Amino acid sequence: MTLDAFLFQALNGLSTASGLFFIAAGLSLIFGVTRIVNIAHGSLYMLGTYIAYTLATKIGGAFGFWGGIVLTALFVGVIGAAIEMLLLRRIYRAPELFQLLATFALVLIFNDMTLWLWGPEDLLGPRAPGLAGAVEIFGRRLPSYDLFLIFVAPAVLILLHFALAKSRFGRLVRAATQDREMVGALGVNQAVLFTSVFALGSLLAGLGGALQVAREPANLAMDLAVIGDAFVVVVVGGMGSITGAYLAAIIIAEVKALCIAIGVVDLGFIKFNASKFTLVAEFIVMAIVLIVRPYGLLGKPQGNVRSVAEPEAPIRPAAPLLKAFAAVVLALLLALPVVAQSSPYVMVLATDILIAVIFATSLHFIMGPGGMHSFGHAAYFGLGAYGAALLLKSAGFPMLAALLAAPAVALLGALLFGWFAVGLSGVYLAMLTLAFAQIVWAAVFQWETFTGGSNGVIGVWPTAPFNKAWVYYLLALALAVISVLLLRRFLFAPFGYAMRAGRDSALRAEAIGIDVKRIHWLGFAIAGGICGIAGGLFAFAKGSISPEAIAVGRSIDGLVMVLLGGIQTLVGPMVGASVFAMLQDTIMRQTEYWRGLLGCVILFLVLAFPQGIAGAFSMLWSRFDGKRGGRA
Amino acid sequence: MSVLTVNSLGKSFGGVRAVENVSFEIGKGEFLALIGPNGAGKSTTFNMINGQLAADTGEILIGGKSIAGMAPRDIWRLGVGRTFQVAATFGSMTVVENVQMALISHASRLLNLWRPAASLYRERALELLAQVGMQDAADRPSRELAYGDVKRIELAIALANDPQLLLMDEPTAGMAPRERNDLIKLVKQLVIERGISVLFTEHSMDVVFSYADRIIVLARGRLIADGDAAAIRDNAKVREVYFGTGKTFQGASS
Repeated sequence: MTLDAFLFQALNGLSTASGLFFIAAGLSLIFGVTRIVNIAHGSLYMLGTYIAYTLATKIGGAFGFWGGIVLTALFVGVIGAAIEMLLLRRIYRAPELFQLLATFALVLIFNDMTLWLWGPEDLLGPRAPGLAGAVEIFGRRLPSYDLFLIFVAPAVLILLHFALAKSRFGRLVRAATQDREMVGALGVNQAVLFTSVFALGSLLAGLGGALQVAREPANLAMDLAVIGDAFVVVVVGGMGSITGAYLAAIIIAEVKALCIAIGVVDLGFIKFNASKFTLVAEFIVMAIVLIVRPYGLLGKPQGNVRSVAEPEAPIRPAAPLLKAFAAVVLALLLALPVVAQSSPYVMVLATDILIAVIFATSLHFIMGPGGMHSFGHAAYFGLGAYGAALLLKSAGFPMLAALLAAPAVALLGALLFGWFAVGLSGVYLAMLTLAFAQIVWAAVFQWETFTGGSNGVIGVWPTAPFNKAWVYYLLALALAVISVLLLRRFLFAPFGYAMRAGRDSALRAEAIGIDVKRIHWLGFAIAGGICGIAGGLFAFAKGSISPEAIAVGRSIDGLVMVLLGGIQTLVGPMVGASVFAMLQDTIMRQTEYWRGLLGCVILFLVLAFPQGIAGAFSMLWSRFDGKRGGRA
Repeated sequence: MSVLTVNSLGKSFGGVRAVENVSFEIGKGEFLALIGPNGAGKSTTFNMINGQLAADTGEILIGGKSIAGMAPRDIWRLGVGRTFQVAATFGSMTVVENVQMALISHASRLLNLWRPAASLYRERALELLAQVGMQDAADRPSRELAYGDVKRIELAIALANDPQLLLMDEPTAGMAPRERNDLIKLVKQLVIERGISVLFTEHSMDVVFSYADRIIVLARGRLIADGDAAAIRDNAKVREVYFGTGKTFQGASS
């Protein structure tokens, strides 16, 4: 590799950084003021690209392109304001996780809306009028539009910087980022401030998306791809810091560009192609930054933002009624193969539900009693699934041995990642766990020779007698019952109590001799190990495992399941997982737009049952119980 | 041998010397009050003794053992109980479970994954609750309790590891005068019965002067007096920091 090629890639990295900067700056601004992590920000970016494409092709010419970009940014800003006023305003007081869930529902809805409006094909916009050519730099041709992008980002950064430093609006934004309660107490109209900040952040995302129109085709996968990158940038730069976002965008884009520039590395004993590790590299940077500087490069420690959620009631051993109910359910599940003999699909669906139950229950173990909101539980699912599949395929393990090794692989991964993660809390813990999950995903995706890359590992079929759907279902049922009962047992044991004590008040737990980090670390590892069982079961149930099945979507599914069921009850995750898996399976079969429908269902549930399904029922029950008791 | 020895302790924050050259001891069974006006360095001293803050200079010995570099949880294992200025419990547990948690920790059984915790040391926990007069509330969720009762629960938790030394940061803050007296009376009685030494900070002078065996006074980070109630009451320096000398402005204008 020559120095020229190296520098050329560095320039390329700079132009990529500008897109990243726009979306990350908006995300960061919004988080700083409203404390909402807007997952739908990637969707706004994607909308920006699509709208700009339409304006540029329908109107055409220089005005259609350049004017279209400006119009797009404004329009996306208006969409953002509408989101804030219609949805977010209702849930500012809800627990942090519900806000995330609501914005994730928007991701689903926007994605399907885009599919409906623009269709599934990738749409490449026209060349930029006036900047269609290329410039010769370092012996290569760099599109002049890319050169333009390199300068746009710092220009917007400077503009934003002055706006924030000099204007009254900017002062309010900075004040609210530091202490929004104080700003409210000083009589500032928070509703207007929040709406305008959300609109501004959305505008930036729309602008970033619109500027990409001449560079890459608009496609439906942009939203999640770009939000992943944007999170990394915001977390590396420091939540709420615009300059940090620019710095981080450059670092991330340059690291990626350098990976490509380096190409094949020959260390003598091992040879690998660095250009295949761009995704891994990005998340490794993030993980290192979070470990060394937990609040990002230019971020400041955030004040503890309330936990307005109702404190949960003490856990009690299952009442006789619940035990009887559980026994009935178990009996029904055992009888299912007989009842559903004529329909093999029922067995498949039921197995899927059981896998979801194990997945969600293990996630709830650390989210609820541990108070650690993991956004990367898919990592342990993936480690279990790939562990089992690869041990079967590459190491020649028999099926059952491979399945039993799945939790061990996941446990080891969770011990490693958890050790770093438990040092953080809140949004930062969520982001670090997400980063680890992305590292696992990216490693699997890009390490083709070992994992099969995007094709995954195929031919992972169970051997007799488990090759019959109903026998495999019974195996899944046995493992699900064991997993759920084990986790329950742990929660009622001193360990589970210590985990809750650490969550309720770390200070007080430490004052009575509890090593909170150690307890939470072990809890994290246990949850990861149990989750590995779900992964192993999944691989054998489908006969294959691919990166798609362990991507960020699965982590989010897990969160949705836990929150659907209600985080404060132990039965909740089981109910949530069952409902979610059934909804997903049934809706998916009905319509092409299942994501949008699912999104609407989630939004409805978030707005109607802020305590989850099981939580709402137990609240109803206690009300009913209270009335009955009162009359007696 | 004294239960707690503090030797020329010092701590600065930036350029501010919060605590400077403070030394004192507590004997067995002694009820020692640490008082001083706001900003005198009481909390800083307190937090160095319980391990929340690291001292810049000097040393702290508990039972003859230096606690330099020890985390609060390790200091607790030396037999030091502790209550907080703003009392709180583990909100997701019942009252008795809060106490059981401390007993389980004391018995080093935190990593047990199998035995139901609710059945462990319940009797002992109920005894402790009885000592602070809270046995009737044992199975109520602790988050439902009134603040005064939370303070009592904290005391029961602090007694769970049979402490030699009890550190109480403003034990009566936020309580009504009646409750205040009852709580301190209870602590005093426990001190006598069990031979525990207590170090407490306190703003309420009635409490301090009626119950403390000995009083030490901090002002601007320095120890200015050490003695029994009568001696402290008559100490000129103490009067000066609490009531002023009336000379403040003369000094400035001359």
